[in-house]
Amino acid sequence: MSVALAQPERPDYLNDGYGIKSWLLTRDHKRIALLYLASITLFFVLGGIFALIIRLELLTPAGDLVTSQTYNKLFTMHGVIMVFFFLIPSIPAVLGNFLIPLMVGARDLAFPRLNLLSWYVYVVGGVFTLTAAITGGVDTGWTFYTPYSSTYSNTHVVLTVVGVFITGFSSILTGLNFIVTIHKMRAPGLSWFRLPLFVWSMYATSMIFILGTPVLAISLVLVGLERIFRIGIFDPHIGGDPLLFQHLFWFYSHPAVYIMILPSMGVVSEIITCFSRKRAFGYNFIAFSSVAIAVLGFLVWGHHMFVSGQSVAAGVIFSGLSFLVAIPSAIKVFNWTATLYKGSVSYQTPMLYAFGFIGLFTIGGLTGLFLATLGVDVHVHDTYFIIAHFHYIMVGGAVMGYLGGIHFWWPKISGRMYPEWWGRVAAVVVFLGFNLTFFPQFILGYLGMPRRYHAYPPEFQVLNVMSTAGASILGIGYLLPLVYLTWSMRYGPKASANPWAAKGLEWETTSPPPTENFLETPIVTEEAYAYAAPGATHV
Amino acid sequence: MSDRSMAGEAPAPRAHAVAHQFDDAAQQHEAGLLGMWTFLVTEILFFGGMFAGYTVYRSLYPNAFRAGSHAMNLQIGSINTAVLILSSLTMALAVHASQTGRKKPLVAYLSVTMLFGLIFLGFKAIEWTAEFREHHVPGPHFSFGGPDPVHSQIFFSFYFAMTGMHALHMVIGLGLMTFLLITARQGRYGPEYHAPVVVGGLYWHFVDIVWIFLYPLLYLIGARK
Ligand code: HEM
Ligand SMILES: [Cu+2]
Repeated sequence: MSVALAQPERPDYLNDGYGIKSWLLTRDHKRIALLYLASITLFFVLGGIFALIIRLELLTPAGDLVTSQTYNKLFTMHGVIMVFFFLIPSIPAVLGNFLIPLMVGARDLAFPRLNLLSWYVYVVGGVFTLTAAITGGVDTGWTFYTPYSSTYSNTHVVLTVVGVFITGFSSILTGLNFIVTIHKMRAPGLSWFRLPLFVWSMYATSMIFILGTPVLAISLVLVGLERIFRIGIFDPHIGGDPLLFQHLFWFYSHPAVYIMILPSMGVVSEIITCFSRKRAFGYNFIAFSSVAIAVLGFLVWGHHMFVSGQSVAAGVIFSGLSFLVAIPSAIKVFNWTATLYKGSVSYQTPMLYAFGFIGLFTIGGLTGLFLATLGVDVHVHDTYFIIAHFHYIMVGGAVMGYLGGIHFWWPKISGRMYPEWWGRVAAVVVFLGFNLTFFPQFILGYLGMPRRYHAYPPEFQVLNVMSTAGASILGIGYLLPLVYLTWSMRYGPKASANPWAAKGLEWETTSPPPTENFLETPIVTEEAYAYAAPGATHV
Repeated sequence: MSDRSMAGEAPAPRAHAVAHQFDDAAQQHEAGLLGMWTFLVTEILFFGGMFAGYTVYRSLYPNAFRAGSHAMNLQIGSINTAVLILSSLTMALAVHASQTGRKKPLVAYLSVTMLFGLIFLGFKAIEWTAEFREHHVPGPHFSFGGPDPVHSQIFFSFYFAMTGMHALHMVIGLGLMTFLLITARQGRYGPEYHAPVVVGGLYWHFVDIVWIFLYPLLYLIGARK
């Protein structure tokens, strides 16, 4: 570090200013992405610690580690943090921020100041929610169901809800910035159907941000108002309807699960094409299926309410519509598989995560079909089957994609390579740990173990011990990248501009890129993924 | 929208600067507009949540809602509607003045728009104080006559939530207007650069339009004999 004062040989975004101020006041999308990366990692660790305590409590049938009150607060904070402060912002705010301007050949997002603002908004929201956690916690579950949340719970509902409300604005601003950038700032020659599939998935995700988040915001505002002023829109005492809250909440929160998964699908499309050195099979289908998922996602919220007392007709309709969402998802899995077929596949770390994604997402998705089936859902509702299902999607799917993406673009982000051997080890540990944690929960749920209880009948213990053991392995698997990626920032070998020999504008600039991204505006002359790999040319 | 890169280069000239990430003024202008339109879509959904709830309860308890609506101060509501429509007109004139680079009319129209906004909020405050005195504010002290007093409370819940949100948007709008007024007086806007005024105008019109929906829903549904 003693040579830090010397003029760097090549200016890049990382050495363009060193002080704290040059980071906290930056308007460079790449630096903002790193600010997000740091804060989101922090929340992931926090949420993970809560999860570990939950799992430790469930190691034994008796509720002996924490009281039931504390347990309720633990799973609430775990859910709130993981959903609103980790999963939803993870890929869009980190990889999307970093990559979208690079991928479309722009110098920055359309509104750099708004982008910085969105990070601050995220942090302020986080401070509110953490304050609630520290000063006593919330016990409503991350779904904030009324009338419990609006009337009966005597925990810090308002503070938490305000925190979530505020972060919502950060999503809205990010989505807005992406939409405008993708529409207006593409490089010459970069038509819509030459965009990388990651950009398409970000576009679809932004649509959900824009259309869904405000509805969540207003329902949370109403819960807050109801608690403070007793205005009573959800209060059954005066004819208000708690179901209205569920409708408003799931109108956002079902599409929100696609906010969590679509970005990963985009990442996986990039990784698979690169490491099988093939064009994406059915590019248009993959692109449009992202949009189709975003649109259909808005029509199926009622499958969370099969046993809530909504009408049977509504239940049947929502059940039917839910099956439809499987179609675009299946199209994607089919197209990835077809892309792999006869490709010259290499098994680098990002590719291992992509394979992990496909496997786990497929299991999560198929069990989603069970749940969309009205009768089956009534049986497994609020059991560990649900927990296993959504962890397969959200952790097996979304987090796998996130880690894969972080590894894939790490050389571009940091300018350094990570140790490949450790990368592969971590990917395998995560995969094994994950399955050991969550597969037993399918069985537990099917046998009838309900969620959100801190004690359970002794016959469920074996499966719970397996799950807790798996969680510890998974935890180690998550720690590994944290360690070696941090290490590589300093000691990793320097990365070339395009270490994977990948296609895409982001690989045409240096690693790490200069502040203005490209020294001259790139001009696009070919389709996305114009790979022509030896051994794959005959396809 | 001028945006200096942090590399420490000299600040760009103030008037009609193109931020570094844009190629030209036209691209910057279009991006600003698309940004505002997208934002307004989120606003529509934000209010949409409340409109949906309102519609559901209105069909469940028509009598309570009609009675609640009867209790509204129709005069004030109507005056406020007129005031807002006028303010939209002056805002449109302000946008026109900014595009043609006439600084004095621009400043004048912006000021009048703000004045209308303040009048609106003033009347709103008078109205709310009266509701408060008559115990129409939902909560433990709520009291209301009419055919279905219990469910009327839901009407008033929506009334306060919706007009409160709308008033909050007006306050934000006044903040935007203040910014436009200051920059207009500095002579920033002209034929080449007027996007902030156009974008601010879009927002203002949107807030007016929300009121155009609130007025019949809250004040007029209990058709008077
Ligand atoms: C080490 C990994 C993890 C373990 C052991 C774990 C464990 C758990 C457990 C036991 C519950 C059930 C609480 C209940 O009884 O309802 C739960 C709920 C939940 N988890 Fe995890 N989790 C892990 C990782 C994650 C991650 C990475 C995410 C998201 C990124 C996540 C999101 C959620 C959500 C949204 C809930 C629902 C909370 C609720 O029911 O209100 N979890 N988790
Ligand atoms: Cu759902």
